[in-house]
Amino acid sequence: MLLLIPLLPLLGFLVNASFGRRVGKAAAAAIACGAMAGSFAVSLLAVWRLVVLPPASRAIVDQVFTWISSGDFTAGFALRLDPLSAVMILVVTGIGSLIHVYSTAYMHEESDAEYARYFSYLNLFAAFMLVLVLGANFLVMFVGWEGVGLCSYLLIGFWYQKQSASDAGKKAFIVNRIGDAGFLLGVLLAFKTFGTVDFQEIAPIAAAIRPETAFGTVSLITLLLFVGAAGKSAQIPLYIWLPDAMEGPTPVSALIHAATMVTAGVYMIGRNAVLFSHAPQTLAIVAAIGVATALMAGTIGLVQNDIKRVLAYSTVSQLGYMFLAMGVGAYSAGIFHLYTHAFFKALLFLGSGAVIHAMGGEQDLRRMGGLKNDLPITYRTFLVGALAIAGVPGLAGFFSKDEILFDTYARGHTLLWAVGMLTSLLTAIYMFRLVFLAFHGDPPAPRATAGAGHVAPSHAAPSHHAAHLHDAPPAMTWVLIALAAGSVLAGYVGVPPVFAGSNWFGRFLEPSFSGAVVHEIPESPSLEGTLMVVSTFVAMSGIGIGMYFFKNHPRAADAVAERFPGVRNLLLNKYYVDEMYDASIVQPIRIVSEDVLWKAVDVRVIDGAVNGVGETVGSLSERLRRMQSGSVRTYAASVFLGVVLILGYYLWR
Amino acid sequence: MLSPYIPIAIFVVVATGFALFTLVFSGLLHPEKYNKVKLEPYECGIEPLTDARDRYSIRYYLVAMLFVIFDVETVFMFPWAVIFDKLLLFGLIEMLVFIFILVVGYYYAWQKGALEWV
Amino acid sequence: MPPGISASDFYNILPELVLTSGALVVLIVDVLLPKERRGALAWVTLLAIGATLASLVPFRSTHVEVAQGLLAVDQFALFFKVVFLVAAAITVLMSVRYLEIEGASPGEYYFLILCATLGMMIMAGGIDLITIFIGLETMAVSFYILAGFIKPSHRSNEAAVKYFLLGAFSLGILLYGMSLMYGLSGTTNLRVMAAAFAGQETDARLVLAVILVVAGVGFKIAAVPFHMWAPDVYEGAPTPITAFLSVGSKAASFAMLIRIFLEGLPSMGHDWRLLFEALAIITMTVGNIAALTQSNVKRMLAYSSIAHAGYVLIGIVAGTSRGITATLVYLFIYAFMQLGAFAVIVGLRRADVAGEELKDFGGLHARNPFAAFAMLLFMLSLGGIPPTAGFMGKFWLFSAAIDAHYNWLAVIGVLNSAVSLYYYVRIVVFMYVKKEALGSEPATSPTLAVVLGVAVAATLVLGVYPRLLFELADASARTLGAAGVTTSLR
Repeated sequence: MLLLIPLLPLLGFLVNASFGRRVGKAAAAAIACGAMAGSFAVSLLAVWRLVVLPPASRAIVDQVFTWISSGDFTAGFALRLDPLSAVMILVVTGIGSLIHVYSTAYMHEESDAEYARYFSYLNLFAAFMLVLVLGANFLVMFVGWEGVGLCSYLLIGFWYQKQSASDAGKKAFIVNRIGDAGFLLGVLLAFKTFGTVDFQEIAPIAAAIRPETAFGTVSLITLLLFVGAAGKSAQIPLYIWLPDAMEGPTPVSALIHAATMVTAGVYMIGRNAVLFSHAPQTLAIVAAIGVATALMAGTIGLVQNDIKRVLAYSTVSQLGYMFLAMGVGAYSAGIFHLYTHAFFKALLFLGSGAVIHAMGGEQDLRRMGGLKNDLPITYRTFLVGALAIAGVPGLAGFFSKDEILFDTYARGHTLLWAVGMLTSLLTAIYMFRLVFLAFHGDPPAPRATAGAGHVAPSHAAPSHHAAHLHDAPPAMTWVLIALAAGSVLAGYVGVPPVFAGSNWFGRFLEPSFSGAVVHEIPESPSLEGTLMVVSTFVAMSGIGIGMYFFKNHPRAADAVAERFPGVRNLLLNKYYVDEMYDASIVQPIRIVSEDVLWKAVDVRVIDGAVNGVGETVGSLSERLRRMQSGSVRTYAASVFLGVVLILGYYLWR
Repeated sequence: MLSPYIPIAIFVVVATGFALFTLVFSGLLHPEKYNKVKLEPYECGIEPLTDARDRYSIRYYLVAMLFVIFDVETVFMFPWAVIFDKLLLFGLIEMLVFIFILVVGYYYAWQKGALEWV
Repeated sequence: MPPGISASDFYNILPELVLTSGALVVLIVDVLLPKERRGALAWVTLLAIGATLASLVPFRSTHVEVAQGLLAVDQFALFFKVVFLVAAAITVLMSVRYLEIEGASPGEYYFLILCATLGMMIMAGGIDLITIFIGLETMAVSFYILAGFIKPSHRSNEAAVKYFLLGAFSLGILLYGMSLMYGLSGTTNLRVMAAAFAGQETDARLVLAVILVVAGVGFKIAAVPFHMWAPDVYEGAPTPITAFLSVGSKAASFAMLIRIFLEGLPSMGHDWRLLFEALAIITMTVGNIAALTQSNVKRMLAYSSIAHAGYVLIGIVAGTSRGITATLVYLFIYAFMQLGAFAVIVGLRRADVAGEELKDFGGLHARNPFAAFAMLLFMLSLGGIPPTAGFMGKFWLFSAAIDAHYNWLAVIGVLNSAVSLYYYVRIVVFMYVKKEALGSEPATSPTLAVVLGVAVAATLVLGVYPRLLFELADASARTLGAAGVTTSLR
């Protein structure tokens, strides 16, 4: 049965990829959404079957077939449903279905063939994502891991007429390869160390060993795995691809670059919680990088003017939170935040999509303003999302973020907690900057020309926003409303004891982390209550600051910016990280390949013989003569030199 | 260990030495007076008119190659004939197979016109 | 019959005999057919290959030495023979259309492909330096001619001459090494040689022999620094021949390498492992970095093929049973993805367009979605992305390296395959992202469609369900060495 969950979207992909361009938009959309909805239904059924089991034995394993069997090693293509993957498949299929529905309207201006292509990629993504979270061993997970990366690449570059879009797709793919190289090495090392790649077999072996006090094998394995997670989940130093990935269609940003794929790194650490918990050094690195990423992305988000880029940096920042939770050993808190974040970040992205849709492709916040009257539904739902992410009590983000911060503080990481708090303040500020700039204030003067020159190809026709701005079609607004409801309610599955809750969510996840070394923290409702008050105060003051600078006193923000031009430029240029990578990595490799290997060795010697002779001299004998006086001798010399070098090594030795 | 090779080494040294000696020594002795005629390659008294490098018809090569192939075939047949009485029927069949393969090649070359001039 | 030869020897080389007869038939049919019906020659060739494949069936579990140790008939050889024959068949299918476009008469083309295949089969079975050498030459000479088969093309001629001159040069080095091996052991049989060298102290002359043979074999597998011929020859040779050269010749050379070093020189394992380790690292790195800036896809694939030789060497360096299994698996998988990629290039070739420049791939997705999808799959597979077969092969190679404590080799391999993705993805970008460069559709033909279909299916199936292949390769790797004698695997 588990196989059916990824199989349905895969079938949707196959059908749409083969016949989609011929059956028309309605049918293509129906196939894709039907596949996702079917997958969601099967997931619900599967999770129900899981929940009725007693907590200790909550796991369903589906051995599909034996994959590799060589010598003493076997690896099966096996899927495994346990509480952790149950949460993930519900998020992926549930929010995935909603975003599919949203896309039917959002992408409607594409041609039939493009429309079908879009939905086939989206289905393929869902299939790989489900393989990733259901995989019972590293190999199956890696199939999904690489598959989602590929789909992400295809979808980012979907509007390939835009050079920036195809560049962004390529960047995402290449940066992810660095992470994946680390991940693969981690898997190989784990395979060597434990003799298996199955999560369920590694866990007990890892649980039996003592946590490493010095940096040993387990630390190395987990660190390598974390490199992969950092690539996929956009953490320092590999986060640079995610903001650029916003070149893709907005629903793609919502599904892949906010709700699901980018959280795969967090999920992977949760999946290997036992392993990670035996490598305290790695965990410290994870927490530090998580919190540093959260802070850095938060500061960059303060000054961005592209509505989607603000949200992208916000995603990077929130992912940093999740890694912070994983790093301090609060696994269920991290997954909890992953789950609530999926709701409100998808909501925010889809809301921004509705804005962009209404504005005819305009993404620049400076050209927006006063939209709250024109787009009432979008405004209200967006506000719910913003309140949720800012951590206003009662909404989903409040519960999950507070759990992370409490766990951090209670485990004695006061510094990390303080930075997390600061980031929380930044989150509230930049989110409400966004809200006030886009929806409040006055519309910039001649709105009809607002989008000129910034029109995305899909929205090339400016007619529908010139006269009157209006909310998106029902398929989009209903999805927004559903997600807004989710952003309010999703947190109530994990109400902490301080509110007389029992944190059902955390207890549900517990079996998935059994065996992990956990530093039990004493239940301390008073401490938790205090921290909550502090963070509520922080969130409120963030909103207040946002209101002061961007609604009531727009000049004040500019004045502050002008006081500190250095800081402003640093932030606007995203700390010059892209430039640093270009100078330190990209250029050296290019120079070696182009100037050393290509120009010096290849062109001058090799093509010199081919082109120079080939064009001017006809007779073969002439050519032979020239060749022998040129390159062939060089080649032979290279062979000879190789032998001499090796010989020289032996003599010298 | 290497002692059997010592005579060979001496031989190589002497041979090289002799060649070098004659070249160097005569070079030191002879007067250096060159003219155009003197520098021309020696060709049985006939004056060279054109460059020695010239194009030949590709047919020369074809014929030469075919000749080599069948020449080598004969080389194989001599030792075979010498011990024919020991190989008996097996040897005969082996040689027939060998010749058959060559005949196929010969037939192919013939049909492709490799034997025709022009 | 003279002593030392028996009727069973002839039975055991039945596949080679069938292939030889098939080649002769092709040669004769060529002159018998009227000129306009020469296209049928391809089918005769395929028939010969098919018959040879069928004649392999009785030898599924044979493990004997033929003619007093000239050839071994074992599963190791069998595995490679299947690779060669399948590669040859795919090459023939590709060639049908290519020759039409080039306007070249098939003639001895197919005959030479069969001869090259025969040479490869003998190389894989050879456990005697003489047999291996004869196989090598049969293959190499055929390739020298095939590389220059498009006679009006200067590039093709140049490729042939370069390949021939450098091939002869490297062969000299190889032979010198072999003659030293013979001189020091007094035998040309690799298994007897291994026994003769066993327990001997390291002899400087033997080290020299190892170095020379490594250089000679290194040339054949295009390992850096013996690789410089490859880009020129690959670019200039007719595309199907390039494909066959980069798959068949490479696989055969690896078979020869394994026979010579693992069967003949296990006692020198320390030395040649060190050499191959260094070669693997340089080869992977130089191949990948040089490929980064190529704009000619054939040339890019040439450098990629150089890099792949580096990956495969990892399995040899590991030298364990798992390492050799990985080597066999990878060569098998590599055959399909590489041949498939070249088949796409053949498909792009039209009378007016070379079809091998990167820009020729522009907008291929719009013009021929299936070809673009197939190429995407081959590129991902070459780059080692799951769920394609290439990932399985790479995973096994790298895990074999780590298993044998060559951790750094695995690290460098993984990093290299990350780098390599950059230029593989460049083709994908051109196919899916760039505007159309050429207005018209790439011509398709049924034979090419078959080739692409087979290659796509193999790349996917072997990625999703590689189990059978692994088991076969594992069994094959374990048959190295004489029957009943423990293998020299570490």
